[in-house]
Amino acid sequence: MIPIAWYLVLASVLFCIGAFGALTRRSGIAIFLSIELMLNAANLTLVAYSRIHGDSAGQMFVFFALAVAAAEAAVGLGLFISIYRLRHTIDVNRLNRLRW
Amino acid sequence: MRALDYLWLIPALPFLGAAVNGLLVRNRQKSLATAIGVGAPGLSLGLALACLIEFLARPGHAPFEQLLYPWTAGALKIDIAFLLDPLSAIMLFVVTFVGFLIHVYSVGYMAHEEGYRRYFSYLNLFMGAMLLLILGDNYLVMFVGWEGVGLCSYLLIGFYFDQDFPPKAGRKAFIVNRIGDFAFLLGLFAIFSQFGTLSFKGVNAAVLADIGALEAPFALGLSLASFIALCLFVGAMGKSAQIPLYVWLPDAMAGPTPVSALIHAATMVTAGVYMVVRTNLIYQLAPSISLFVAIIGAATAIFAATIGIAQNDIKKVLAYSTVSQLGYMFLAAGVGAYVAAIFHLATHAFFKALLFLGSGSVIHAMGGEQDMRKMGSLRKHLPWTYRTFLVGTLAISGVPLLAGFFSKDAILGAAFEKSPVLWIVGLATAALTACYMLRLLCLTFLGKFRGTHEQEHHLHESPAVMVVPLVILAAGAAFAGYAGKIPFTHFDWLGGFLQSVIVAIPGHEAHAAHHEMGLEAILVAASIAAAAGGLGLAWRLWGGGRGTSADEAMARRAPGLYRLVENKYYVDEIYDRLVVRPLRSTARFCWKVIDSVFIDGGLHVVAFITELTGDLGRFSTTGNVRQYALYFFAGVLALFWWMIF
Repeated sequence: MIPIAWYLVLASVLFCIGAFGALTRRSGIAIFLSIELMLNAANLTLVAYSRIHGDSAGQMFVFFALAVAAAEAAVGLGLFISIYRLRHTIDVNRLNRLRW
Repeated sequence: MRALDYLWLIPALPFLGAAVNGLLVRNRQKSLATAIGVGAPGLSLGLALACLIEFLARPGHAPFEQLLYPWTAGALKIDIAFLLDPLSAIMLFVVTFVGFLIHVYSVGYMAHEEGYRRYFSYLNLFMGAMLLLILGDNYLVMFVGWEGVGLCSYLLIGFYFDQDFPPKAGRKAFIVNRIGDFAFLLGLFAIFSQFGTLSFKGVNAAVLADIGALEAPFALGLSLASFIALCLFVGAMGKSAQIPLYVWLPDAMAGPTPVSALIHAATMVTAGVYMVVRTNLIYQLAPSISLFVAIIGAATAIFAATIGIAQNDIKKVLAYSTVSQLGYMFLAAGVGAYVAAIFHLATHAFFKALLFLGSGSVIHAMGGEQDMRKMGSLRKHLPWTYRTFLVGTLAISGVPLLAGFFSKDAILGAAFEKSPVLWIVGLATAALTACYMLRLLCLTFLGKFRGTHEQEHHLHESPAVMVVPLVILAAGAAFAGYAGKIPFTHFDWLGGFLQSVIVAIPGHEAHAAHHEMGLEAILVAASIAAAAGGLGLAWRLWGGGRGTSADEAMARRAPGLYRLVENKYYVDEIYDRLVVRPLRSTARFCWKVIDSVFIDGGLHVVAFITELTGDLGRFSTTGNVRQYALYFFAGVLALFWWMIF
C-alpha cells in the first residue's frame, strides 16, 4: 500500500499549484480552474484518509463536494459568459468597477 | 336620575366642543361653529344649574364627590375625582354663568373676525380647563386645570398672531405664569411629601390630626405651613397678577375683548384667590405668610389703582383695575376674611365682565379704536352700552346698594380689624377706583366726540346678541351683593353657605367679624365717603364735557410724576433691564458659545475623525479581485500559523 505521506505530498503540491494559479492568473476562467485544483487537492486528502482508516464517510464527503463543485462550475461559467457579453473581457484586472 | 351624577359632564362638554370645533368643523361652517361653540357651554350651564339646585337641597350642603378613575403609580395614589362643595359651587355658578354670557356676546363681537371657529374652540377649551380647576377634588386635578387655563390664556392673548404685539404678550403671560407655577409645584411637592396625599379632604384631615407638625420648622427658616403657604401664594401671584408678577395682565389686553372679560377679569385670574381660600386651613396656621399675602394684596391694589388713573387705553384702565381688585381679594384672604374674598370674587366677576364687555361694545362701535382721548359722547349712540356701563362703574366704585359696595365693605371691615393701615390703603384704593372709573366713563360716553368724522359716522349700538348679555350682567352687578354680608344686619347668606369650607382649627378660633353698630356705622360711612370723594373728584376733573383737559393740566403741572405714572412706574423697563436682557444674553451665550462652539464643535470633531478614517481606509478597496484573493490567502495562512504554533 502506498504510504499516506505520498498522497499528502501530492495533495499539497496540487494545492500550491492551484493557489499560485488563483493568485497570478488574470483570466477569470483560469482562476476558476486553479480553484478547482485546490478543491480537488482537498478531495484527494479526504479519499486517502478514508482508505487508510477504512471508513467510507470520507468518500461520501468527496461525492458531495464533487457534486457541489460541478454546480458551482456551471454557475461560475454562466457568470463569466454574461460578464463577457457585457464587458467583452474576462480579465479580472479590468473588472474592477466595484470599489470606492 | 340625579343631575349630580353627571357632574363630570360639566367640564367634559366644553372640552368636547373645543375638540369638535377645533378638529372637525371647517372655517366656512360658521353657523355650525357657533352652535357648537355656544351650545357646549350652554349645556354646561344648564347642567351646572341643575347640579346646584340639587346641591342646595342636600342636607347641610354635604360635599358631593365623584370618583372617575383612581390613578395609581407606585406610591402615588391620586384620584381623578370631582368635588362639589359650597366653595366650588359658588365658583361653578360664576364660571358657567358669566362664561356662557361671554360666549353669547362673542358671537356678535367676533362675527366679522378671521379665525371665528378657532376662537370658539379656544374659548371652549378654556371653559373646560377652568371647570376642571374649580371642580377638581385634589391639588393635582386643580393643577391640570390651572395649566390648562394658562395655555388657553396664552393662545387667546396671541389670537391675532399676524400682528406684532399679541404673540409677544402671549409669551410674556406664559413665561411669567411659569415662574409662579414653579413655586406652586414646589408647594404641591411639599404637601405630597409631608401628607402623602393631594386631595383637599385628605390634606385637611392630615393637618388637623397633627397641627404641631405644621408649625415645626421645615425649610428656609419657615414652618411647614408657612413654606407651603408661601409656595402656593407665589403660584397665585403669577396666575392672579399680584406684585411682582402682575406685569403680564395689562399686556394680556392684546387678545380679543371678550377674552379679556372672561379670562383676564372674571374667571381665570381669580383662580389664585380660589386656591388660597381652598387652602385656608394651612394659611390660618401660617399667620406671617397670611400677613404677607395681605400686604402684597394691599400694595398691588393701590399700586395698580394709581396706574389706572393715567392710562388712556380703555382696556388698559380696566386691566389695571382688575389687578387692583385682585389685590383687594388677596387683602381679604390675607386678613382671614376668606368669605369676603370669595364674595368680592363673585361680584367682581359680574361687574368687571360687564365693564370689559361694555368696552368691547365701544371698541366695536369705534371700529377698533381703544384710545379714550378719541372717544366721547358715545352715550347718544350706544344708549344701552352706556346704561349698563354706568351700572358697572357705580358697582365697582362702591356706590351703596350695588354689588361692589357690599363686597368691598366686607373686605374693609375685616382689614380694619387686622390693621388700620391696611384699612386705610384699602380705602384709598376704593377712592382711586371710583375716580379712574368715572374718568373712564366721562371720557368715553360724555362730552363731545373727539374722534374723526368717519368714526362718528360709523357709530352704532351693538346688536342684541351683545347687548342682552350686558343687561343680564348689569342685573348681576346690581344685585349680586345681596347674597353676602349686608351691613347693620346679621344677614350673610354667603357666609353661612361657605361656613363648612373655612375650616375651624381647635385653639385657633377666629372671632366673628361682627362689629358694634357704632363702629360699623363709621366704617360704612368711611367707605361711602371714599367712593363719593373719588367720584366727586373725577366729576370735577373730567365731568361735564371737559374732555381730557384735566390730564393735560396734570401733565403740565407735575410732568415727572405724570410721566412716571403714565409709563406704569417703568416696571416693565426695569424688568427688561434686570431680568429679560440678562436672560437673553445668557441664552445667546449658550447658543453662540456653548452650543455652537463646544457641543457642535465636539460633534464636528467626531464626524471629521470618522470621515478621515473612511477616506484613508477606502483605498484598500481597489476593486481588484486578485488583490482580494491575496488578502484572503494571507489571512488563511495567518490563521493556520496562529492555530498550529
